[in-house]
Amino acid sequence: MYKSLSLSSMPCKAMLQPTARITRQDSENFVDYRTKVARNPTMERLQRNYLFPEISAREAEHMEKYPNAKVISLGIGDTTQPLPDVVASSMANYAHNLSTLTGYRGYGAEQGCKELRKAIAETFYKDMGIQDKEVFVSDGAQCDISRLQAYVDSSVIIGQTGDVENESGRYRNIEYMKCGPHNGFFPNLSKAVRTDIIFFCSPNNPTGHAASREQLERLVRFAQENGSIIVYDSAYAFYITDGSPRSIYEIPGAEKVAIEVSSFSKIAGFTGVRLGWTVVPEQLLYANGFPVINDFNRIVCTCFNGASRIAQAGGLASLSKEGYKAVISLVDYYKENAEILLETFESLGVRTYGGVNAPYLWVHFPGSNSWDVFNEILEKTHIITVPGSGFGPAGKDFIRVTAFGHRENILEASKRLRSLL
Amino acid sequence: MSAIHQNLSTAISSSASTFLGYNNLKNIKSSNVSLPGRISGVVKCVSSPSAEKTAYKTKVSRNENLAKLQAGYLFPEIARRRNAHMLKYPDAQVISLGIGDTTEPIPEVITSAMSKRSYALSTIDGYSGYGAEQGEKQLRAAIASTYYADLGIEEDDIFVSDGAKSDISRLQVLFGSNVTMAVQDPSYPAYVDSSVILGQTGQFQKEVEKHHIFLFSNNPTGYAASREQLTKLVQFAKENGSIIVYDSAYAMYVSDDSPRSIFEIPGAKEVALEVSSFSKYAGFTGVRLGWTAIPKELVYSDGFPVAKDFNRIVCTCFNGASNIAQAGGLACVSAEGIKAMHEVVGFYKENTAIIVDTFNSLGFKVYGGKNAPYVWVYFPGQSSWDVFARFLRRPMSLQLLEAVLDLVVKVSSGSVPLDTGKMFWKPVEDSSSCTSFCVRDWN
Repeated sequence: MYKSLSLSSMPCKAMLQPTARITRQDSENFVDYRTKVARNPTMERLQRNYLFPEISAREAEHMEKYPNAKVISLGIGDTTQPLPDVVASSMANYAHNLSTLTGYRGYGAEQGCKELRKAIAETFYKDMGIQDKEVFVSDGAQCDISRLQAYVDSSVIIGQTGDVENESGRYRNIEYMKCGPHNGFFPNLSKAVRTDIIFFCSPNNPTGHAASREQLERLVRFAQENGSIIVYDSAYAFYITDGSPRSIYEIPGAEKVAIEVSSFSKIAGFTGVRLGWTVVPEQLLYANGFPVINDFNRIVCTCFNGASRIAQAGGLASLSKEGYKAVISLVDYYKENAEILLETFESLGVRTYGGVNAPYLWVHFPGSNSWDVFNEILEKTHIITVPGSGFGPAGKDFIRVTAFGHRENILEASKRLRSLL
Repeated sequence: MSAIHQNLSTAISSSASTFLGYNNLKNIKSSNVSLPGRISGVVKCVSSPSAEKTAYKTKVSRNENLAKLQAGYLFPEIARRRNAHMLKYPDAQVISLGIGDTTEPIPEVITSAMSKRSYALSTIDGYSGYGAEQGEKQLRAAIASTYYADLGIEEDDIFVSDGAKSDISRLQVLFGSNVTMAVQDPSYPAYVDSSVILGQTGQFQKEVEKHHIFLFSNNPTGYAASREQLTKLVQFAKENGSIIVYDSAYAMYVSDDSPRSIFEIPGAKEVALEVSSFSKYAGFTGVRLGWTAIPKELVYSDGFPVAKDFNRIVCTCFNGASNIAQAGGLACVSAEGIKAMHEVVGFYKENTAIIVDTFNSLGFKVYGGKNAPYVWVYFPGQSSWDVFARFLRRPMSLQLLEAVLDLVVKVSSGSVPLDTGKMFWKPVEDSSSCTSFCVRDWN
């Protein structure tokens, strides 16, 4: 019998109840039955769980082991600060209006509501020639990346990658562009092999590096020379402090070679609300001249049914005059956190990157194994971080620390880390 | 003005295509140039239009699976035609009985829960960031106990989504391109289209392998399979080692004792998973919330549980349904919410009954409409797009239909007596003469 957790008696449940009951005997007749459908072989190539659920699991384990420890999570990049009032109330109002005749809305355009597409184009791509019809509103960058089939794990799932080479831990058909202190966290393009798609995140998760204008010009040129498509992830653009480009479309020619993916998650705290967007310029063409935007539109219409209208209302509010001011101060709050943590690690004499243009610090522990460092920090200070190798082989001696958190937790974490000395 | 210049000017001012091709330019260059100044002036004019013609292309090949799709996804096409029609006839009162979009407001008990959650997100204690990709625990448990009580489907078998449409594509990604797919004909277009996109179609296998994935629902025919039929389907799947993807988005519309869930059939847990949605129960078409139930007993040929891989997909390709929508979902499956959803469903079922009566009285063979909000009307010998266009093109008959609907309601409620002289509809073979017949007799 399955009792519902929080429900009282349900008089109408009879209408929903199936009219037959399954007896234990019925199910016992089919013990150990297997279908003849083969498991998707690409799923087998995935090495382990997706990184962040794995971190969550370790956090849960640790909390069980030390029930009295106050675990501070600087691991998963999850926002912690409440939404601005103007944004929350716009969503509350929108939800309320859905119960009125004049305010009710059914299916929305899969590409997003016109007003929001326009507001995104005007706010983020002013003077860059990006039109509202090139903006596709999503339920977040994570989903859009799969719709674009570009990232490592989703790439594995789609079958683009081939098998893993056991020694290096790299997938055979993926070109890994190493980014480290030796090359200023920007790949050496002169050594890079041509691929169809180049996935590029700036400001970078996990290294925190924001590519300079000159670097991005090189990247666009590289893409042009090779006829490649850049998928540019600008989810952290708002964290830029030093005037580095916020959009790939600041670089002339990018509209012919790049798609840009972004999100309200780290701007407006929408990690749970779910809202993002992807820009596909009309000038981006496949080898046969077919516009990429036509196919992306088809995917969006077939595999998706639009972001929640309530989330879209919130997105629109966050781009209003009042809302925009409020979300900027949210971002500033996390940036101040990053400053505090940067200072802390530097005082420990540990070489730390990032933290200036992104809410992530990339802390270097040369010669060590990142999972070991992760465990050591966890055991000694009860702070969750993320081992760098979870992001790729070049991360094996780094730890990623996130700046999302309540100020008091950041200060407490700082105190505990200093005690490591 | 010299003949050459005149010729060139005319060419520029007319369609650029013939003049601006590379060959033409070559011809001009190679001809005897007696006025080099003029020619270079012309070349200068030509340069920017020429750039348009030879637009930069990447070297990335288009995904050939997308090229296999015949046309646009069905419903945007319907919307496009509707909009074009409304532009053409700005005064016409177009009634949309096309896209299955809900129209009635969401019950207050549900929207107030969503408002409450929205406000809570602006407080320190009420704020939440990323949720579990599988959905909030409370909601998963409530869905399991509301729709699958006594069927052996538990909280952790439920994956909350942003709607059935997204889940269908995620399931296709899960199964990959090496599976064969069986669908009902006709069926909801997303099944076939997502299958094409994943590259499952157009793969001809040497041996006929029957390890299909079956996609099953009652949209668009409105027909709900009987217990006996579903038992046969489960049996068939069992014998062939196939998996059934059962779409139960309209289960709450079932009026008779047809099964509402595939899991009512013994043995279904070993061969089926079920997809559903709050769209058509609570008017959540724009709010976006649904779920997929995958029993633990459903395993691949190597014994690996399907749910485990689906969980991986959900964690990698998705980041959970909106927390506000989930708060609404939880209110949906509360006692008051279920009562309210039944009222909404009841309203649409009354609509369906009116439409069924109307088409019946017009002499058409009508299917569905009893267990789903869709009526499947038979027009033998006609192309359905032609019939669609005829309905759209004859504003007169659409107004007529509206008037008929109005009359049917009045007659059935007793406020207008039945006048058999006026209200006798003789069934006719050819539907085009049926239209004019209606007009003639209506007078």
